[in-house]
Amino acid sequence: MKRAAVHTLVLQSLMLFASLGWALDTTVLPDPALQARYVALTHELRCMQCQNEAIADSPVDLAADLRNQVREQLLAGKSDDEIRSWMAARYGDFILFRPRYSWRNAWLWGAPAVLLLVGAWFSWRIVRTRTLLLADDHEPLEEDLRP
Amino acid sequence: MNRFLVPLGVFALLAIVLAIGIRHSPDKGIIRSPLIGKPAPQFALPALLEPGRTVRSQDFKGHWYLLNVWGTWCGECRAEHEMLLTVGKSGAVPLIGLDWKDDDAQAQAWLRQLGNPYETVAVDRSGRAAIDWGVYGAPETFLVNPAGIVVYKHVGALTQVEWMRDILPRVNGGKS
Repeated sequence: MKRAAVHTLVLQSLMLFASLGWALDTTVLPDPALQARYVALTHELRCMQCQNEAIADSPVDLAADLRNQVREQLLAGKSDDEIRSWMAARYGDFILFRPRYSWRNAWLWGAPAVLLLVGAWFSWRIVRTRTLLLADDHEPLEEDLRP
Repeated sequence: MNRFLVPLGVFALLAIVLAIGIRHSPDKGIIRSPLIGKPAPQFALPALLEPGRTVRSQDFKGHWYLLNVWGTWCGECRAEHEMLLTVGKSGAVPLIGLDWKDDDAQAQAWLRQLGNPYETVAVDRSGRAAIDWGVYGAPETFLVNPAGIVVYKHVGALTQVEWMRDILPRVNGGKS
């Protein structure tokens, strides 16, 4: 057997085990559509213990318990929004990586539009004053005075 | 003069908004519980020390109680235990334990060795009740009023500071 082939084989098997090591969550739901929703939901719920990880990526016990809740509730026919609300009722909106619209944070969602309007108003004013200045300027240009 | 006034005003406004943001930011990663002001989650769990008995959250309705979430695997809980014994001895408010994802025998040994500050301890082997309470790291302590409403939550080891400042005044009727 060629050395290169042996090396490749060893490397490939190592890579295989490395990828297995990363498969933290091996949950498989019976229905591919449910499985897709499960993967999406577990990636948008925060692990409260580690806080910068999704429950899908976290090895802590609580993340496993919460993933289990997502699985059970999906199997029980709950909608994605019902599951998000269920989580938020217990852990607060902080658990949602994708913030929801609410009256409390409405100003945050509205701020860019308001700032855009303020900016538009300022640029309109600047353009208008400059245009007025131009209209008042009846002096001929220096170049035009040259013979 | 006027041309400095507007930017100065905008700067002052921005400073105020950011100051409010900083003041309200979660302290050291501690998140305000959405449970505060809401009815305490219900549970019916086996009692750690009385075999065959079920601890029900409804049993505590009508008077103040502290729910303390702990586990023998939790280092901070060990640190907090002295304080819990003081709370238990004070008799000011009953202390209910929630033994979170723990081994019963180890939990019983822990209370035998260190002393038992709890009126009763409910065993949450699956961690399901703790999720209903929004628990994310033991120890956590909840104060529930006689109407069954959660009025206060403390994350981390309970100390004299929270006891004197947040818990005793409420229990004694000074502050709701």
